[in-house]
Amino acid sequence: MRSRNPFVMDCGVFTTNYREDMAILHHPAAKLKVLTIAAVFLFLPFFVSPYYVSVANLIGIAIIGAIGLNILVGFTGQISIGHGAFMGVGAYTAGILTATLGWSFWIALPAGGLMAAVIGGLFGIPSLRLKGLYLAIATLAAQVIIEFGIVHWPALTRGPAGMVLPAPTIGGLVLNTDTSFYYLILTMTVAAIVFALNIFRTRAGRAFMAVRDRDLAASVMGINIFKYKVTAFALSAFYAGLAGALWGHNLGMISPEHFTIKVSILYLAMIIIGGLGSVMGAIYGACFMTLLPIVLRELADFFGGGFAGLTHAMLAMQEAVFGLLIILFLVFEPEGLAKMWRNIKDYFKLWPFSY
Amino acid sequence: MTFFMQILISGLVVGAVYALVAFGFVLIYKSSDVINFAQGEFLLVGAYIALSLVVFYQVPFPAAVALTLSMCVILGVVVERLVLRPFIGERVISVIMATIGLSLLMRGIIQMVWGTETRTFPGIFPDMPVRLGDVVVSQIYLWSLAVAVVLLVVFTVFFKYSSTGIVMRAAADDQVAALSMGISVKRIIAITWAIAAVVAAIGGILLGNINGVNPSLAYIGLMVLPVVILGGLDSVPGAVVGGFIIGILESLAGGYLDPLIGGGVKEVAPFAVLLLVLMVRPYGLFGKEIIERV
Repeated sequence: MRSRNPFVMDCGVFTTNYREDMAILHHPAAKLKVLTIAAVFLFLPFFVSPYYVSVANLIGIAIIGAIGLNILVGFTGQISIGHGAFMGVGAYTAGILTATLGWSFWIALPAGGLMAAVIGGLFGIPSLRLKGLYLAIATLAAQVIIEFGIVHWPALTRGPAGMVLPAPTIGGLVLNTDTSFYYLILTMTVAAIVFALNIFRTRAGRAFMAVRDRDLAASVMGINIFKYKVTAFALSAFYAGLAGALWGHNLGMISPEHFTIKVSILYLAMIIIGGLGSVMGAIYGACFMTLLPIVLRELADFFGGGFAGLTHAMLAMQEAVFGLLIILFLVFEPEGLAKMWRNIKDYFKLWPFSY
Repeated sequence: MTFFMQILISGLVVGAVYALVAFGFVLIYKSSDVINFAQGEFLLVGAYIALSLVVFYQVPFPAAVALTLSMCVILGVVVERLVLRPFIGERVISVIMATIGLSLLMRGIIQMVWGTETRTFPGIFPDMPVRLGDVVVSQIYLWSLAVAVVLLVVFTVFFKYSSTGIVMRAAADDQVAALSMGISVKRIIAITWAIAAVVAAIGGILLGNINGVNPSLAYIGLMVLPVVILGGLDSVPGAVVGGFIIGILESLAGGYLDPLIGGGVKEVAPFAVLLLVLMVRPYGLFGKEIIERV
């Protein structure tokens, strides 16, 4: 269990019992790697400017949302085009609790997640009868109907104008800067990742994958498909709700246009580009899709010198690039960035004997 | 009563356009099991190309329409070849995401070329409204209805009697059987996409003449989902009937419920119907029921 070369970490690892076999981190080097990464992120705000911290916040939120969607789409095989709306449910529930009722953020955050889980589970019920295309269309209907509800229930949601949310406080500390919020999001993101990694070592997680691979076979083996499909919807929506609630409080305001079908598609794009059915994939995809528009904007500023008309063309170009990337990834690397990264590692691991 | 008739007629017109777009949608689904989320963008492309030809290049309207349609044939074939061909036999989610990606790509390009402001066709159809009894209807509405109905009849005849039409039905029915009879299924799928692009473009030109052209027209691409689910995903008559039903329903909801709630029912009502249909009868009014065997 000695590691010689950072690329050949899993060489010579022989597990002798189930406990070791089930471990997420198989050897000390992997633990060291994870600890190093954790330390980097823990001290990140001390090294970089607040702007990059705010970008990191957005990435963290996207990671939570993308992992949630990947649990449903990548691991359970149920397509959802309603993730944006579920984020909206979480954001609005938390927002109404903190802004209108004046509750503490620390109650509102899980409440937002739970409410999204309830609604998500509700819209997951059609998955009993519907599969594939039909389910995708049903979740699209959920998206449209929830959006309608948010816009047309002004007594609760203040309609299209949106609502302003207070900053969360912990003890006497108000989390109103990017840096203070960063630690909240970092904690939540790590919790989300660890929970997701662990769930696939339990009965529920294995049941999800069995349902994905062949639901009829899973049902013959004694898995209650309906229960696990609805659970997957609820769990995925719970993640979405948390992400939405964090997003709203990070920005300080929410309005219906933040949770449109475009958001649902963006998250689908994240998990496709990152890698379906992989927690790491969701993380890579979330980073990639959050950074892409920022990089594109920087490029446009660099080459365009800040023409007024350019910003508009930028938005259009961004959309076209998103679309093109989705298609290219689907055609050339359907397993996404996660697979690409594995290929790169494998190349070095096997070098110079690549067969 | 006049109000009701007015609503009914605008519903019929919208329904006719829905029927056209849904028709292309169903054709693609039948022949290749692809749900085309980019159908709305095809409509948009058609409308914009025709508009540019008429406004910037001063092409006479009928010639512009003919040119647009031939360009759309090429577009349909190219899109099928480049984007959809690699996804034959792939997982449903890949196919769905590919067409969603396609729609984003097309919308992005369209907005880069034509911008987002609403553009209007110069008065091609006479402005004089026609009186039918108590109801006043603008001529473009009648033209749209007539064009849609004629097209639907033409395509029905095409599928029933022309040899290409019969071959297409055979390929849609059973690809393997069609292949073994010497039919090139690839060619058929290409033709399908061409036809779908053409009917969408016609829908786009008609709608563009009614409301002007802007990127939000592509929303029709989503609105046809309730239509095709109601009619049955694999049924051409279903698409037509569903189109008219959803068009009229949308108009009625817009006319009678919107003032009560304050707008928006028009857009959401078809989706409520959609969920209901999916719960009760997922294969729609005329669709084939899928029985899963182990």
